[in-house]
Amino acid sequence: MPEATFRIHRYDPERDGDRRWQEFTVPYENSLTVLEGLFYIQENLDGSISFRYCCRAAVCGSCAMYINGRYRLACQTNVKNLEDAPITVEPLPRMPLVKDLVCDMTDFFAKYEYIKPYIMHESQYPEKETLQSPEDRHKLDNPVDCILCGSCYSSCPSVWGEDNYLGPAALLWAYRFEADTRDEARKARLSSFDNERGVYRCHTITNCVEACPKELNPTEAIQWLKGAAVRRRIFGRWK
Amino acid sequence: MIYHELIVVGGGLAGLRAAIEAKRAGVDVAILSQVYPARSHSGAAQGGINSALANHPDSADDTPEKHTFDTVKGSDYLADQDAAKQMCEDAIPILYQMEHWGCPFSRFDDGRIAQRPFGGAGYPRTCYGADKTGHYLLHTCTNEAIKAGVPFYTEWFVTDIVRDADGRACGVVAYDMTAGGFEGFQAEAVVIATGGAGRTYSNSTNAIISTGFGASLAYRAGVPLKDMEFIQFHPTGLLTTNILMTEGARGEGGYLINGEGERFMAKYAPKAMELAPRDITSRSIWTEILEGRGIDGKQFVYLDLRHLGRDKIMERLPGIRDLSIHFEGVDPIDEPIPIVPSQHYTMGGIDTDMDGRTEVPGLFAAGECACVSVHGANRLGGNSLLETLVFGRRSGAAASEYLSGLAQHQRGAAEVEQSLTRMDEKLAALTLRSDGEDPYAVRTEMTETMKEHFGIYREEQIMQAGLDKLLALNERVHNIYLRHSGRVFNLDMIRTYELQGMVEVALTTAAGALNRTESRGSHSRTDYLTRDDENWLVHTLAHREPDGRPKLDQKPVALGLYEPQERKY
Ligand SMILES: Cc1cc2nc3c(=O)[nH]c(=O)nc-3n(C[C@H](O)[C@H](O)[C@H](O)COP(=O)(O)OP(=O)(O)OC[C@H]3O[C@@H](n4cnc5c(N)ncnc54)[C@H](O)[C@@H]3O)c2cc1C
Repeated sequence: MPEATFRIHRYDPERDGDRRWQEFTVPYENSLTVLEGLFYIQENLDGSISFRYCCRAAVCGSCAMYINGRYRLACQTNVKNLEDAPITVEPLPRMPLVKDLVCDMTDFFAKYEYIKPYIMHESQYPEKETLQSPEDRHKLDNPVDCILCGSCYSSCPSVWGEDNYLGPAALLWAYRFEADTRDEARKARLSSFDNERGVYRCHTITNCVEACPKELNPTEAIQWLKGAAVRRRIFGRWK
Repeated sequence: MIYHELIVVGGGLAGLRAAIEAKRAGVDVAILSQVYPARSHSGAAQGGINSALANHPDSADDTPEKHTFDTVKGSDYLADQDAAKQMCEDAIPILYQMEHWGCPFSRFDDGRIAQRPFGGAGYPRTCYGADKTGHYLLHTCTNEAIKAGVPFYTEWFVTDIVRDADGRACGVVAYDMTAGGFEGFQAEAVVIATGGAGRTYSNSTNAIISTGFGASLAYRAGVPLKDMEFIQFHPTGLLTTNILMTEGARGEGGYLINGEGERFMAKYAPKAMELAPRDITSRSIWTEILEGRGIDGKQFVYLDLRHLGRDKIMERLPGIRDLSIHFEGVDPIDEPIPIVPSQHYTMGGIDTDMDGRTEVPGLFAAGECACVSVHGANRLGGNSLLETLVFGRRSGAAASEYLSGLAQHQRGAAEVEQSLTRMDEKLAALTLRSDGEDPYAVRTEMTETMKEHFGIYREEQIMQAGLDKLLALNERVHNIYLRHSGRVFNLDMIRTYELQGMVEVALTTAAGALNRTESRGSHSRTDYLTRDDENWLVHTLAHREPDGRPKLDQKPVALGLYEPQERKY
């Protein structure tokens, strides 16, 4: 049976609080994802290990980790496709830690909630659906696939340098609603990203684009928002 | 101790929709969830949600009444017809509401919500957003809950439902995973919306957290579980991981192909072909496999999408393509996808009425953990997302109404406190034992037993042997122990603690299946080949005995709209 060696980041706030590395050997038959490997370790080798998981089908965003130096979803990463051994598994870099591979997502979600991630609507709704052309709907293809895994946020140097910066995921969602023909937020959302916490902190370093396991493009969305915000200021025009 | 008027356990579609309804009725409501709401299992749903909007060119004369008929027929007549009717009527406004809340549905050229054909439906009425409908709906509802100001207790794992001296639900106990430690929540009412029990089987399409543990909490609190023998096997799970390939893939025209290269569904459902209901399609695949016509004689067949062409696959089924590439190494544009029927859905669940009420005052349930029943013996694809929203909303409204009728508030603090103390004792007992049963071995034996003994085809002796194994596990589970006693994000504790509830839920499926001497919907017995309306047009109820075993009795099915007839597709 083939074996994979996992080199795992450990951190336990209740013990010494030090960060250390621990190696485990995981046997497997045909295929093994990193997430399956972590469960093998948790069940058979070390019950104290902690990590996040839910859908194991790359759609819930729970298991984003830093694996062999890249942002990946553990459930979607097959060890056969990893070139380097051992397989190094770390939590999302530069995030506060909870334990082992679990980082603290509190700020991440607070920032997400801050940009008002919902349709705002003042006029009367139609009796049936609001009509939207397939072309207008396609403008949302990219952002609506975001799974809020936090990879982009963890990878962004502007976030590292500035605690307050909303970061790529929250702004991608701001774009998602601003670009939606059904949204009537106008100034109400604008004020949440057209400010010192918002779009101007993006220096188009594009780490987020590289980090995203869903191959989305927050940088582009942020540039769109910048343009829209500036147009609004100068010409009083919106979309 | 923390107080909210209403606690919703679960942040999937059902829980979110319940909480939004209550919040907008002025109730102080909070959601407790094991994962951030937008990470719930609902997000994995792919194919779509049913509503007779009549947007599709071929569905101009579709109506809620026809949707009801398809649902009842699909259920093999075990659904409560009044509940099915209510769901299909509510389906229209709730779909428009999701659209108004911003759900990014796919669109027809005229700008209306797109619909596709799904199994067992007389019309194309499954509304979709590409093949990521659940993800879009779940984000929409999470966001609407944020907008409404519903507080989330994220990564809080509920371990107990508390009842006061009068037997009313008065709160919960929960584990705060990130901070570490347990806390009591006092409430006037509780809604359980914890999802399905797929992970009691080893071959499930479900999320890892869909354990059925939430339903076991209601069961322990005294509510019977209904119709638990009815387990849906989805025809098309990926061979190595059981990850779902949506029915939408067949709705868009995909073929099922056996080892001889035939579209074998022609033998089993000549009219509906690949779009026969799931019970029939899964049985057909399994029959092909058992008779040696799997691919290379092995235990799988192909889902072939190649003839749809690259453009259609990229437009309508991009998620399916990604999953197939990442998890099976197969690009469906070039190659057929190896698939196998896989455990998919729990038709049964916490016994509720049409407004989520259970036998226990103040305790409500909605979504896959509940059984209203609208799915009866077989759920139609696209009806489950619908159920979560319709009955989530209704239970949120009913809970609000219940609250306004209460004479006395803030009762049961002592009981919550006691339950919290008992929790500490239980954990101490689990930790003190340093040898005994390995919880993960027990879990594996349970999930394998369910797969092998209570699968697609069922038979007396095999089920009896399976039930015996589960009863033995129900004893052994008392000797499991913790390997890790840390307070913070202790997975070992969660996975060990939930196991007993899982075994109890598995037992209700096993006992119900053995007891029901007929074939109906997903429950297909080789020793009782036909449906027996004279004796079995009834719901099964499983009541929990103090030792965790189920005691079965029955409850009538609400009929009246449609006479049971033979199902042909
Ligand atoms: C792969 C897949 C695809 C599907 N596709 C479709 C489809 O196309 N159409 C359709 O109609 N149906 C589909 N279904 C079925 C449908 O998705 C589910 O039935 C439905 O989403 C269940 O929603 P829910 O709100 O009841 O539960 P879930 O979404 O499972 O949510 C459960 C919630 O409960 C929480 N929870 C559980 N236990 C605890 C606890 N002890 N303490 C605290 N929180 C807890 C979880 O954190 C989670 O938030 C699909 C199912 C699967 C598996």
